[in-house]
Amino acid sequence: MMIGIEFGQIGAIAGKEFRDRLRNRWVLAVAAVFTIFALVIAYFGAAQQGAVGWRSIDVTIASLVSLVIYLIPLIALLLGYDAIVGERERGSLDLLLSMPITRFEVLLGKFGGLAGAIGVATVASFGLGGLLLFYQLGSSALFHYSGFVLSAFLLSLCFLSLAVMVSVLAEDRMRASGIAIALWFFYVLVYDLLLLGLLVVSEGKLNLNFFPVLLMLNPADIFRILNIFGFEDVQRLYGLATVFPETLANPWLLGSTMVFWIIAPLGVAAWRFK
Amino acid sequence: MTDKLIDIRGVYKRYGAVDAVNGVELTIGAGELFGLIGHNGAGKTTLFKMMLGLLPASAGEIRIGGQAVRGAAFREVRRSIGYLPESLALYDNLSGLETLHFFARLKGVNRSTCPALLDQVGLAGAADQRVRNYSKGMRQRLGFAQALLGSPRLLFLDEPTNGLDPQGILEFYRILAELRQCGVTVVLTSHILAEIQQRVDRLALMRNGRIQALGTVQALRQRQDLPLTLSVSFRPGDVKLLMTTLAPLNLGPIEAIDGIARFACPRQKKMALLAALTAAGPSIRDIDVHEPSLEDVFLGYAEEA
Repeated sequence: MMIGIEFGQIGAIAGKEFRDRLRNRWVLAVAAVFTIFALVIAYFGAAQQGAVGWRSIDVTIASLVSLVIYLIPLIALLLGYDAIVGERERGSLDLLLSMPITRFEVLLGKFGGLAGAIGVATVASFGLGGLLLFYQLGSSALFHYSGFVLSAFLLSLCFLSLAVMVSVLAEDRMRASGIAIALWFFYVLVYDLLLLGLLVVSEGKLNLNFFPVLLMLNPADIFRILNIFGFEDVQRLYGLATVFPETLANPWLLGSTMVFWIIAPLGVAAWRFK
Repeated sequence: MTDKLIDIRGVYKRYGAVDAVNGVELTIGAGELFGLIGHNGAGKTTLFKMMLGLLPASAGEIRIGGQAVRGAAFREVRRSIGYLPESLALYDNLSGLETLHFFARLKGVNRSTCPALLDQVGLAGAADQRVRNYSKGMRQRLGFAQALLGSPRLLFLDEPTNGLDPQGILEFYRILAELRQCGVTVVLTSHILAEIQQRVDRLALMRNGRIQALGTVQALRQRQDLPLTLSVSFRPGDVKLLMTTLAPLNLGPIEAIDGIARFACPRQKKMALLAALTAAGPSIRDIDVHEPSLEDVFLGYAEEA
């Protein structure tokens, strides 16, 4: 049986989710954290090298990437993990589902509203930083910086999508939060170490063509490659990036892979949310 | 019965080896007030959720107004239904009015109707208060207002008077009576049997996923043939006279304390008993005849099974 999608219904759910996050000051709090971190990192990021102040855009972005790669996945996972399981546990899901709405529309609405919340927080805070950079570094820097903000937003959507999937699959909120944190550990802290370990253990016998594929299996790595590959002087800061072939470093390919990472978990969620 | 609005045919719901709903056949007519009773776990809420299309049936079919509840016209079906779930949970961070606005949008109902609904359930004064600060009774009223959005022709109310004070319960049934004047069909469950027995047109008693008994309260009572209960008040000195009067009727144990005798009497012996008591003259001061309550009927069916 095919039932058409009604976008008005998705909008109703998304609107509520978004307003909820505005009202409980979630958006404001996250935006404030991002703004402060962005400015501090942009200005003091090179303090280890014995200097403070505004630096070239590539170094600034490289510093911001290392912040965002930890923070955004965590925030997105925490934002989305109880989207469905929370309503189910509180008991409001039955009433919601008794409305003239499909489960798929509920899911998309939830995702859309939360994506809006994290999107506004990301774009507003880094946008503010962008204005400052534009003032300090000029318009060509702004182009790279916009790419960074856009990819940061895509990264947040990847992990939000994973979180929404967890919120459908988990039996209760406790488990959902546990799985969300575990995913963060795995993708952000453990995955690269595992890959490096694999490289070392295999003593170079491993087919290096296979390696970029493994990197593509982690949205956080895609984000990193997207943002640092263009800048040779920062590549050396990230060991794994040097094994990444230039042919695969096409921003469109990397961007599409991230979009796949947004769609796939949502697809699983829609399939399991019955 | 008028046209059938709800048509349930051979419906099963299977969870592993357990049949939560086990071959239910039921039709409910337009304009009926229908009660669904049964102990916890009898399958009432599962059947409710299947009627709403929230759960797919393992077998069988449910139609509302001729449309399959999970078919292509499900939106149309849902818009014609108001639902008040058993364990109602609303959004604490929204106000009463915002809650109605949210559900109105999902139901495609004009939001300008919301304040009047809040007024109807007695929440006009709390429209802008957050639901977080509502009492249990107020939440239940808000849930009821939500069910009334868009003037549905069919209401599914799962334990609707849960959490309401006696005044609230009376108001609830007053609103229900008004809605029935407009031809609204109501299906409700309640565990307070005394409360629904005077109000429902028909009821179904569910047990282990099946409908064990179906009919008017009166018909269910008669089918069970439960005895009437009598309280006879007599002059305290005349207990012997009373016992002699009642002896020929073979009534079973009679408990006589402080000038009041209580005993059960089969329905067929009622007239003979009244004649005998009247003949006993001024020793008998008063007679109260109690029909078996729905609780008794309910327990009777439970023992039967």
